[in-house]
Amino acid sequence: MTAIRVLIAKPGLDGHDRGAKVIARALRDAGMEVIYTGLRQTPEMIAEAALQEDVDVVGLSILSGAHMALVPRIRQEMDSSGLQDVSLLVGGIIPDDDVKALHEMGVSAVFGPGTSTEDIVTHIRKLMDARQT
Amino acid sequence: MIELVEPIRAGDRRALARLLTAVENQREGVQAALTALYPSTGHAWVIGLTGAPGTGKSSLVTELAKAYRAQGETVAILAVDPTSPFTGGAILGDRIRMRELSGDKGVFIRSMATRGSLGGLARATRDGIRVLDAAGFDRVLVETVGAGQSEVDIVRAAYTTIVIEAPGLGDDVQAIKAGILEIADVLVVNKADRPGVDSTVRALRTMLELGHPASREQMVAHHGKSMVAEAPTTSNNHDFWLPPVIRTVATEGEGINELVAAIEAHRQYLTQADRMHQLEQQHLQMELVDRVRDELVKQLFAVLPAETLRDVVNQVQSRSLDPQTAVNQLLAFQQVNVAK
Repeated sequence: MTAIRVLIAKPGLDGHDRGAKVIARALRDAGMEVIYTGLRQTPEMIAEAALQEDVDVVGLSILSGAHMALVPRIRQEMDSSGLQDVSLLVGGIIPDDDVKALHEMGVSAVFGPGTSTEDIVTHIRKLMDARQT
Repeated sequence: MIELVEPIRAGDRRALARLLTAVENQREGVQAALTALYPSTGHAWVIGLTGAPGTGKSSLVTELAKAYRAQGETVAILAVDPTSPFTGGAILGDRIRMRELSGDKGVFIRSMATRGSLGGLARATRDGIRVLDAAGFDRVLVETVGAGQSEVDIVRAAYTTIVIEAPGLGDDVQAIKAGILEIADVLVVNKADRPGVDSTVRALRTMLELGHPASREQMVAHHGKSMVAEAPTTSNNHDFWLPPVIRTVATEGEGINELVAAIEAHRQYLTQADRMHQLEQQHLQMELVDRVRDELVKQLFAVLPAETLRDVVNQVQSRSLDPQTAVNQLLAFQQVNVAK
């Protein structure tokens, strides 16, 4: 029996984890195994947790506005740990101009306020299907 | 999967994580890797920790891991959390409390969901422990929620089992569920700075002493005709191990040295005489019986057509067959087909 494993992490200093918890629960309800790491994770901590847990997807919740500084560092840490094939999703308040830049950094999707949890579940399932073929 | 074996021996954490996933998924080809690693197992001291939700298991595991790291030992943690029976998903949140351990390359933490297939968890846990053992970790800590039989099965893979209680989790006797005390080698009352800790410790001691062979012997000695024995109530010098009750406040690091010492004393006790050898023999026998049972069930249902099963169920429902006779018929079906 195989389950999709997702790491949900909150990098940086903002302490609002309600969104991250809502997402964690929605993914659990969609039959996924969600590793929730809590607040104030450094890029190194996130990459190491993703490696140890052998997750398929890393979801970052960032509300501090520091996404342009944090995301490239996390992607870089993950790549240098050999996790190039692990998808990165970002949720939070991200200006439109930044969304494009994040995609270019290797983020597979950006989910802003008002995204339905179903959209996120569907996106992850599609990622997994694409990987298998 | 066999290609992961050499990197794991060389300390490659990514290869280790990948094989653990394969073990969990019981993926094709994983057995070859497990077979190759098996001769390298038997080095790690495996410690099982269980207790009701909210007793502070993850915090205690973190403190224990820190103490072992301070002694220069490497630590692997297997944190098991329940899978939702309705959705098949799980939220594994033990890492939140283990934040202090991240960044230390001498620690490897893996979260595992119970998933809930027939005997699947016990098997995945045992294999997971072996992989971590073969990877060279000195201590393997297995943390589970103490709620049912499957958790008891998991701690049966451990050499030292720690049962964690906390004050104020309801009625004292209720807290000490039947069966959970029997598996404890060390009892911990965590959150010992909370009110009610004395009565929790007292209740545990009483239950332990009543239920323990060493204390029964003392009672006979005390109440018998001769009344010669003046045995101390908690003595571990004899042939029996009487589990100590340790008070801790994990969030403050209090009582951790005492807990480490108690685990060490238990290890010493087991390594004396022939005990460790016997314990491992018992564990292996239980494991083999489990695996044979799982394998037979799998083989039977691989050859048994669904309509045969449905037919037999209908016969039992209509009272033309009783359940045990039905089982015999199903087993006979397998014997015939395997013989072919």
